Amino acid sequence: MQSSQTRTVLALLAVVLVGALGFSYIASIRSAQFAIVQTLNSLALGGLLFLLAAGFSLIFGLMRLANLTHGALFMLGAYIGANIMRSYEGVSLWVAMLGSGILVALMGGVLERFVLRKLSSNSLGQVLVTLGMSFIIADACLIIWGGDPIPVPTPPDLRAPIRLFGYAFPTYRLAVVVLAIVAAVALYLLLERTRLGAMIRAGVDDMAMARAVGIPVSKLFTAVFMLGAGIAGAAGVLGGPIMSAYPGLDADMLPLALIVVILGGVGSLFGAFVGSFIIGFVYTFGTALLPDLAYVILFLPMILVIAFRPQGLFGRIAA
Amino acid sequence: MATDALTISGLHAYYGDSHVLYGVDFALKPSRVLALLGRNGAGKTTCISSIMGLLPPRKGEIKLFGKTVSGLPPETISRMGIGLVPQGRRIFPTLSVRENLIVAAQRQSEGEKPWNLDRIYDLFPRMSERRNQLAGSLSGGEQQMLAIGRALMSNPKVLLLDEPSEGLAPLIVQEVGRTVQRLKDEGQAIILVEQNSQLALEVADQVVILNTGEVAFDGTVEDVRANPDLITQNLGVFHGH
Ligand SMILES: Nc1ncnc2c1ncn2[C@@H]1O[C@H](COP(=O)(O)OP(=O)(O)OP(=O)(O)O)[C@@H](O)[C@H]1O
Ligand SMILES: [Mg+2]
Repeated sequence: MQSSQTRTVLALLAVVLVGALGFSYIASIRSAQFAIVQTLNSLALGGLLFLLAAGFSLIFGLMRLANLTHGALFMLGAYIGANIMRSYEGVSLWVAMLGSGILVALMGGVLERFVLRKLSSNSLGQVLVTLGMSFIIADACLIIWGGDPIPVPTPPDLRAPIRLFGYAFPTYRLAVVVLAIVAAVALYLLLERTRLGAMIRAGVDDMAMARAVGIPVSKLFTAVFMLGAGIAGAAGVLGGPIMSAYPGLDADMLPLALIVVILGGVGSLFGAFVGSFIIGFVYTFGTALLPDLAYVILFLPMILVIAFRPQGLFGRIAA
Repeated sequence: MATDALTISGLHAYYGDSHVLYGVDFALKPSRVLALLGRNGAGKTTCISSIMGLLPPRKGEIKLFGKTVSGLPPETISRMGIGLVPQGRRIFPTLSVRENLIVAAQRQSEGEKPWNLDRIYDLFPRMSERRNQLAGSLSGGEQQMLAIGRALMSNPKVLLLDEPSEGLAPLIVQEVGRTVQRLKDEGQAIILVEQNSQLALEVADQVVILNTGEVAFDGTVEDVRANPDLITQNLGVFHGH
């Protein structure tokens, strides 16, 4: 059959590329410092992607809404954070992260309540509106903050690399990974160990039934949307010292987050976690080692998953 | 005259363009059990969905102890005091037994003995044994108990039970019957939809028979017993003793 042929070709292609990447990786190991830096870059990118993808996935799982503003909210968060730190001397990155997260969460709440809610019976309309909103936010950022990248300073305590065994480990990237893991654990506990989390999962399982047992689904939608938006905004600030705030940051991040979600499985927090780090590594090493094939390497895992396991590695819903 | 627990008047329901209920009227008295019977496709589930607000009626009115509920969203109707045990049980499969119950808990507790986790575990000891098990892994009978427990957690003024015996082994069906009887003894007003008319007639006070979206009969259980043709004509099956 044709589809099984396609699958064989894809699988062969995958083996070849994974082999090439693996070979390049091993070849690069000769320079251990290079490997360390790239590994930490991968982990930090993975951590940021997780923060972005977790909210996207949560919103999709509950509301069946592909929120394409998610990349723009990340960028908006980065700009707001950079702005806070520039305007108020001495404000730490962590405070800027909190402030930006709250502001972006409020914007998300407004977007959900007053725009998406009106279109709740029209899922294509909702997706188009989120896409349109992402363009509007991107343009607004361009008007307010201009076209030049705005750097976000690294917290002073985390600037000097940690030296271990004669190698230098970039400290800030380690901190990003630690924060992403803390956020993952917190989200896990919220979803799996609280009544609110159980209500969200009930809504994902059977929305109509959840409403029939009295779960206030409409409030839940707003809460989850705000939570996802807030995390994306805070993640934008957290990524600031690595990526800075620049026009096009949204368009760079959103596709990566989408790939993560498709790879890991829509609605699965664990899938988003694993998928983020896979894509963090694939993207970082792909662009560093095989720059010509970077996009092939990036999209291949997603294509393979769609071909062989449409629900993603850990998901239940087909993408 | 005392207020009815639930009044349905002139209810018309549609799925898109397809007209399914044609002006259904009936009323349930407080602390009574009303058996809602009818063939496959007669419109029983549609009626239940309309009461719960899952399928908002196009025409007609539904009142709970005198307060209009038709047109309100299901979560509000649930909070006002209607509990649903849906056809096919529809427990939340990825939640544990305990979580299925606590997500449905509501603060209102007007009764003397409000339902809570402990009382549900007393009613169904198996739920207590399996409290941390995923609901999707329960047997059909256990899922039915859980669906009943979940509906009770909201301390409903009126409980809607849509074919609770469907697809269950005879022994479990008896247990469902005993549970309904026990709830009735506690004064719970119930609408019981059943294909198993024998089970329904054992506990019911009042019988409403639907036939292709219209009320074909509304009377007491005694009326039905005195006139067995009603069942054979309207249900197409005879459930002898
Ligand atoms: N979601 C739906 N969309 C369109 N038509 C429907 C839908 N659900 C039910 N119907 C139709 O409405 C009519 C009444 O269905 P309903 O489910 O209320 O019957 P019922 O009395 O509950 O039957 P059963 O005993 O089989 O559960 C049937 O003709 C059915 O085909
Ligand atoms: Mg039915």
